Amino acid sequence: MEGHSTYQPKGKVAQWFESRLPIVGLIHSSAVAYPVPKNLNYMWTFGAILTFMLVCQIVSGVVLAMHYVAYAPVAFERVEHIMRDVSYGWLIRYIHANGASMFFIAVYIHMFRGMYYGSYKAPREVLWILGVIIYLLMMATGFMGYVLPWGQMSFWGATVITNLFSAIPLVGETIVQWLWGGYSVGAPTLNRFFSLHYLLPFMIAGVVGLHIWALHHVGQNNPDGVDIKSVAKDSVPFTPYATIKDTFAMVVFLIFFSWFIFYIPNYLGHSDNYIPANPLATPAHIVPEWYYLPFYAILRSVPDKLGGVLAMFAAIAVLAFLPWLDTSKVRSAKYRPLFRQFFWVFAVVCVGLGYLGSQPAEGGYVIASRIFTIYYFAHFLVILPLLGLFERPKPVPASIADAVLAKSKGGAMVVAGAAGPETK
Amino acid sequence: MTIRSSLFGAVAAALLLASGVSGATAAEGGGHDNRPHRMSWSFAGPFGTYDRGQLQRGFKVFKEVCSACHSANYLYFRNLAAPGGPGFTEAQAKQVASEYQITDGPNDAGDMFQRPGRLSDHWPAPFPNDNAARAANGGALPPDLSVIAKARSYHVGFPGFITDAFTQYQEHGVDYIHALLTGYVDAPADAHVQPGLHYNQYFPGHQIAMPKPLSDGQVEYSDGAPQTVEQYSEDVSAFLMWVAEPHLEQRKRIGFQVMIFLVVLSGLLYFTKKKVWQNVAH
Repeated sequence: MEGHSTYQPKGKVAQWFESRLPIVGLIHSSAVAYPVPKNLNYMWTFGAILTFMLVCQIVSGVVLAMHYVAYAPVAFERVEHIMRDVSYGWLIRYIHANGASMFFIAVYIHMFRGMYYGSYKAPREVLWILGVIIYLLMMATGFMGYVLPWGQMSFWGATVITNLFSAIPLVGETIVQWLWGGYSVGAPTLNRFFSLHYLLPFMIAGVVGLHIWALHHVGQNNPDGVDIKSVAKDSVPFTPYATIKDTFAMVVFLIFFSWFIFYIPNYLGHSDNYIPANPLATPAHIVPEWYYLPFYAILRSVPDKLGGVLAMFAAIAVLAFLPWLDTSKVRSAKYRPLFRQFFWVFAVVCVGLGYLGSQPAEGGYVIASRIFTIYYFAHFLVILPLLGLFERPKPVPASIADAVLAKSKGGAMVVAGAAGPETK
Repeated sequence: MTIRSSLFGAVAAALLLASGVSGATAAEGGGHDNRPHRMSWSFAGPFGTYDRGQLQRGFKVFKEVCSACHSANYLYFRNLAAPGGPGFTEAQAKQVASEYQITDGPNDAGDMFQRPGRLSDHWPAPFPNDNAARAANGGALPPDLSVIAKARSYHVGFPGFITDAFTQYQEHGVDYIHALLTGYVDAPADAHVQPGLHYNQYFPGHQIAMPKPLSDGQVEYSDGAPQTVEQYSEDVSAFLMWVAEPHLEQRKRIGFQVMIFLVVLSGLLYFTKKKVWQNVAH
């Protein structure tokens, strides 16, 4: 998709500069001339929303770090100092705390969109895997950020999650003590988590750079899952078409975000995190942030500690193999009637696991967690490989232009598709 | 096709069954503690503001009753005169501060000394340290009240926890405090209350170290509000909400301005987008 730029510097200085570092041309080719499939729907605006959220988190986080002190005896008090005495400190902190959740909401929509429309399939495997790496880094960053206010959930969440590593045979205990910097979660842990919490977002930004590079190299997928064949017929230039659409979607997302910041800022948090960390008092239920809940449910559904930890990490790792586990050649669920149904079952299972992760690990909740966990893995390891072999996909349109034409004719899409030359 | 449909059906049925089982077991397991009543707080909702009179009454209850045992370390005397709070004048706040003796120092001779409180002092703690607080309270530590209204909650369950996001109901902590303060009832015959503990129908486990703190007529109100446990509880709960969230009014006011701005901007962007795309079939 590169080499499409029509940028010609006009001024002498611009020409001099461009011949030495063609960065303006790079920006022009990737943010102005870059061809965007004309049939993208609003699910494709979440890439831009996520970029915005990353910048939002870094900017608000840098300001918070100017006022925060990562020292266990005062950390809780310093957060309250930000909330009470720093000018608009409450606003910056609520933006940052809720921003993490918004980041995850956007990334989950982004990921499910990728799964629904088969955006991970050739030639986008590396693009997808880079996304999985970003997601992993986000999880680590979010987890360490939640520890910083040094409330009860911070402390006990950190204790539970770091203790997972103790399940590793032989070296587990050593690794956990190495992570803690001591024999329990304490002041050294908080200090290093702050350091890493500041570092990881910049690593995310680096991988996001690769992610966007890969995207612009292979081109965007689209709801019909067919490649751009003719730039003139199938695509529109990024600016102004995608720019204005992304901006509109971003502002709508900001309305949603603002609802949380200004009206229900503590809705997504846990009230126990307003109790200062106390190593002597364990909360009745230790619950991680909502965005980890499905994996927490998977962790607890396995009766064996090491098995649970492996299952939890496998649940994320399996995503990286998705391009090869899905054997179907057709990308979009639009043309895969059976996959579409299983996709929605999978989505419900993920939400269900999230709910189960928030409930105490007892009785029926455990049984349901086990069934849902088995289904989660079966979706990737059994259903997707088999579906590609047995499913009979609907005929795929010959091009994006054909798909758009069929859509504008209303319900004629299926008929037009059936008569198309691509029918197999 | 039928084989595939029935396969899909079987999977769906199994999952439904699984969720059914979990739901049924959860219902049997039930036995949640009594759920506090939802009160109609003046500071709830998008345009909520604190009731100055209520905060001033609540402050009186806090000062005369709660603060005998509880600290509120993040509450400063200057806060009492800050906008969005109880609305005391600076002179009144200074007057309140000067009623307390604060340990300061060391002075030039190296000695600690006592002086009257100033606006820049935080609310003086009733005990010098946690051990002293425990020793004076039968082994139980009275929690700091600075953020207590955000540090307490109760189980809402499905679907309440979702509808609360839409109705902006955020007053669970303050509901709980009010319920706790009014929740001292005679223990049922089958409840075995341990010595030194007190029965409270809203406290998790029902046995609380704090004795019933409020009784009718205990605190004198000068504005004619009823001097009842119910009124005291509401007032002091509202006061503690302000202590926990002193910028609530500013937050909601700015929030409304931000919403208006974003809604107008999104409308303009929507029509701009339509205009840009009008000649492109997509």
